[in-house]
Amino acid sequence: MNRISKAGTEQKGESGNQESRNRNSRIPFLLVSRLPDFLLIFSCLPIFLIHSASAAPVVIGSKKFTESYVIGEIAKRALTDAGLPVEHRQGMGGTIILWQALRGGQIDAYPEYTGTIVREILKSDRPLSLNEIRDSLAKSGVGITEPLGFNNTYALVMRRSEAQRLGVRTISDLQKYPELKIGLTHEFLDRQDGWQPLRQRYTLPQQNVIGIDHALGYSALANGSINIKDAYSTDAKIEQNNLVVLEDDLQFFPKYEAVFLFRLSMPTDAIAVLRRLQGTLDEQRMIRLNAEAERTKNYTRAADSYFEHHAGSASAVGESFSHKLARWTLRHLQLAGFSLLLSVIFGIPLGIVASRGGPVGQGILGFASIVQTIPSLALLALLVPLPFFGISVRTAIAALFLYGLLPIVRNTASGLQDIPRSLRESAIALGLSPMTRLWEIYLPMASRSILSGIKTSAVINIGTATLAALIGAGGLGEPILSGLNLNDHVTILEGAIPAAVLALLVQWFFDLLDRVLIPKGLRL
Amino acid sequence: MSALVKLVNVSKRYADAAALHPTNLSIEHGKTTVLIGPSGCGKSTLLRLIIRLIQPDSGSIMFEGEPITPDNIDMLRRRIGYVIQEGGLFPHLTARSNVVLMARYVGRSQEEMQPRLQELCDLTRFSENLLSRYPVELSGGERQRVSLMRALMLSPELLLLDEPLGALDPLVRASLQKDLKEIFARLQETVVFVTHDLAEAIYFGDEIVLMNEGRVIQKGAVTDLRDNPADPFVSEFINAQRGLVSL
Repeated sequence: MNRISKAGTEQKGESGNQESRNRNSRIPFLLVSRLPDFLLIFSCLPIFLIHSASAAPVVIGSKKFTESYVIGEIAKRALTDAGLPVEHRQGMGGTIILWQALRGGQIDAYPEYTGTIVREILKSDRPLSLNEIRDSLAKSGVGITEPLGFNNTYALVMRRSEAQRLGVRTISDLQKYPELKIGLTHEFLDRQDGWQPLRQRYTLPQQNVIGIDHALGYSALANGSINIKDAYSTDAKIEQNNLVVLEDDLQFFPKYEAVFLFRLSMPTDAIAVLRRLQGTLDEQRMIRLNAEAERTKNYTRAADSYFEHHAGSASAVGESFSHKLARWTLRHLQLAGFSLLLSVIFGIPLGIVASRGGPVGQGILGFASIVQTIPSLALLALLVPLPFFGISVRTAIAALFLYGLLPIVRNTASGLQDIPRSLRESAIALGLSPMTRLWEIYLPMASRSILSGIKTSAVINIGTATLAALIGAGGLGEPILSGLNLNDHVTILEGAIPAAVLALLVQWFFDLLDRVLIPKGLRL
Repeated sequence: MSALVKLVNVSKRYADAAALHPTNLSIEHGKTTVLIGPSGCGKSTLLRLIIRLIQPDSGSIMFEGEPITPDNIDMLRRRIGYVIQEGGLFPHLTARSNVVLMARYVGRSQEEMQPRLQELCDLTRFSENLLSRYPVELSGGERQRVSLMRALMLSPELLLLDEPLGALDPLVRASLQKDLKEIFARLQETVVFVTHDLAEAIYFGDEIVLMNEGRVIQKGAVTDLRDNPADPFVSEFINAQRGLVSL
């Protein structure tokens, strides 16, 4: 988790996307916070000019953020595959630098967004069609490809599971759910083309709108503190957090469609290669490539995966199954493991107290039994309204912890009570202190029973943890729930089978653990 | 001859019945005292009161003239060895670990414990090779020898044996009886031995305490009991058992 949020921070810092919508300027302007780079590169322009005259390879430029790097690498690979010599100048800075470098001939092509071209390069106040753009650019000796296939603009996102549950697909659909909580970046809240006009255009009824940091917003979304947030439509976090982009059905947000700008003087075979990339990168795929680049920190590899997935285009959309499965399983194990740990930490001492009987012991066993009789769904529902819990992983762990308690408490108590009186008395008669008797004699003798209680808890937890997805805590319940919503048996099985296998593995693991933890003398 | 343990007016009741009526009794230094009587006569209760597995309702029990209290009992227990019918060995510990458990607890080093362990193996005729076995891997007789070693490990001044041979088959029992007698003779220690078997009582006992229904009926040498019975019950008990023994 830490790694992801760190990556998010880095992305935020570096992202030209975000800078392009800097709150200081209504017109996206890439360079405000990159002025030093800008000056440095401008001062070097004459040197580039001289060099470019003798440069044989095709030079691809890219802006200083993940997506631009990745697209640049894709172009490089495509050109290389076509047998053309190619150089990729990564992360050169912002729009103005790239544009100047393109016009000056230091680079031959770079990825750009239509909205940026219209507003920053052509300085137009009104939206322009692609043909109008093409004509204007031609005057500068620059060509433009057709859109690559994705539109990187502002977007509203929500959790996939929730969107599916509520049947929300477009921003207009939000009109039906005034109770949804919205968390927006402060920038988006303040912008004149941000939340206020968006709300007016769509007549959105939501009152519960808060400002929240971009990276934190994703966590808030994940734990259900908010239902909707703003994002860039190809943000890697959308995929990582299993979110969906709501369709801008009234076309409120300006188009930021990715294209390549290239020098018209570039070799025609190179132009042809870039044109082959048109329409091959939809938002899903770009999100995935961005996510992969951020995860692996390797833009070339992310670009390579574009080519791999392109070959078998059927599997091109979305996160790979093995990756999803790993993510679900890991979260599942975290939920079950952490709650089991708590159950053990609290259950064994409670079991020891319960083994002594009396009203306290009866009370403990009674409490644990009553918890067990509450249906798990109801237990979650009871915990959610409590202040500390809410819709969060905490709640899921708390519920699982409570479920895991009874088998451990009861088995600890009965394991201790089953120790023959003669052996208890032998321990006392020897003169061992109560603590020593407990640790050296009673607990080891009860170890089989205690471990079998823990094993029962673990298996119950693996099963019950599938319900954690109900409150957005993730795990293998996620596909099960989506499958139930979609009435899709395959999706259900994608969660149910791994959960069952996991339960078997846990059982097997504890059987092994028995051999380590139960003293040999008790196993003969 | 001074008393190592002295019971003054000690009584114990369970919910429905008196397990031990107010009783006075002295356990003499260096002697083997056998408590004998039919089941439920209070002989085991008396033993358990001394090691304080149960609390007396009245009276006090003195160890070397000092009253036994909940505060000093744990220290006193280290000076008392206790062996029960089933051995009371902890199943999760090897024979060796069972024997040295208490020595380890009081901080004896391996070097200190090892010679004592060898000595005890000699004394109880227990093969050192078997020390690494777990209780379930030992025969009943072997288990009782280990249990005896455990009781003797810290060289106690008093050894309490609660029907130690009661669960053994006759052959094993006979050989262990012989060994025990030798051990008592060598140790010259104070032993309290509970049995319901008169032959065993006669075999071990310097002094026999005959009990019935929570009371001490008569205390003395076996000849006293035979020749000067304090109560018709004494004769009855002796005659009944003598009849069986003579068979």
